[in-house]
Amino acid sequence: MTTTAPLLSSVEVARFVANGFHRMDAVVPAELNEQAIGVLDAGIPHVPYGTPVAKAFEEGSFARRLIEVPAVAGAIRSLVGPDPTVDHHAVHIREPHEGSAQPLHGDAIIDTRADAFDVQLMYYPQEVTGTMGGTLSVPGSHLRRTNESDTGRYQNLRGQTRLTCPAGTVVLLHHGIWHGGRRNDSDIRRYMFKIRFNPTVPQVRLWDVADLDDPRIPQELSRYFPWCEHATARLEIFNRIKLWRALTGDASFDIDYWATRVANRPGRAA
Amino acid sequence: MKQQVLVLYLNTSALDSEVLAWAFYDGTGKTDPTTGDSDLPPYDSGTEALRDGWRLFQASQLLPPYPGHEYDTSFMKHEFFFEKLE
Repeated sequence: MTTTAPLLSSVEVARFVANGFHRMDAVVPAELNEQAIGVLDAGIPHVPYGTPVAKAFEEGSFARRLIEVPAVAGAIRSLVGPDPTVDHHAVHIREPHEGSAQPLHGDAIIDTRADAFDVQLMYYPQEVTGTMGGTLSVPGSHLRRTNESDTGRYQNLRGQTRLTCPAGTVVLLHHGIWHGGRRNDSDIRRYMFKIRFNPTVPQVRLWDVADLDDPRIPQELSRYFPWCEHATARLEIFNRIKLWRALTGDASFDIDYWATRVANRPGRAA
Repeated sequence: MKQQVLVLYLNTSALDSEVLAWAFYDGTGKTDPTTGDSDLPPYDSGTEALRDGWRLFQASQLLPPYPGHEYDTSFMKHEFFFEKLE
């Protein structure tokens, strides 16, 4: 995938590392949104797992035009790099007055990669209102090691996001984030198109790193979320430090001495 | 008699600490709670639920981390199950 699209800044990528998502409201042009529901109803052709983008989505196809929207292309490139492969894609539809919500889950299986991640694009072609059951997600949950719907017992968490958005909104999610389709209590069919991207290059400094020393970066990475236990929140920051070290190649990066302190063993061999 | 079950996830292992997450399962059939149906918890702490008549019947144990996994995070840690009978 070649692009001259605007890349994310370091502050935006740090925010992604903390939140587990990057949201772009109304980023897709109306012309595409107007075609979307017809295209999604007709179905997007299946592709084998791990198909290069250029092969998965023909030039000029709806999906290709969607991921070539400059802001979308730039964000994808910033997070998974050039030439990602398409893991899979799917059209998710929540029918009007559908009986229940999906249980809170992470996609695929438990994924313990500490220095790599997949990104899931979620595209909403129509306005999503509160009663339409927009996707529930839990900011900052992506580094918790849980398997698929084992989190299904949790119904609500403080600070959860019950998505409402204008038409043409795209959210890029870290593969591990806890999420689920909410119950649609409206009379309107709700559509979401998902594409999972796998990186094919090391995810190191893929974004615009001009602001790598911005003091807002440690602030973003230090964020506490309302649903997270106070003690565990410190471990979340520690794990974000480790991910930021991997993404920047800077093994000395730290915040408030969290990682340095517990690695300090004077005179001892590794 | 039918059971209503309230699950509260608290900030620390103390029952009087703040509610961070919650779930409700209603054996009476009077309500139909589901995932993502509310942004506000029914109580601010575990003890507030006790004062409202909920009976605690299970609390998560305090388990040390598995060796080598001290920095891993996983499920909500402080889970308390309450019931009411109607």
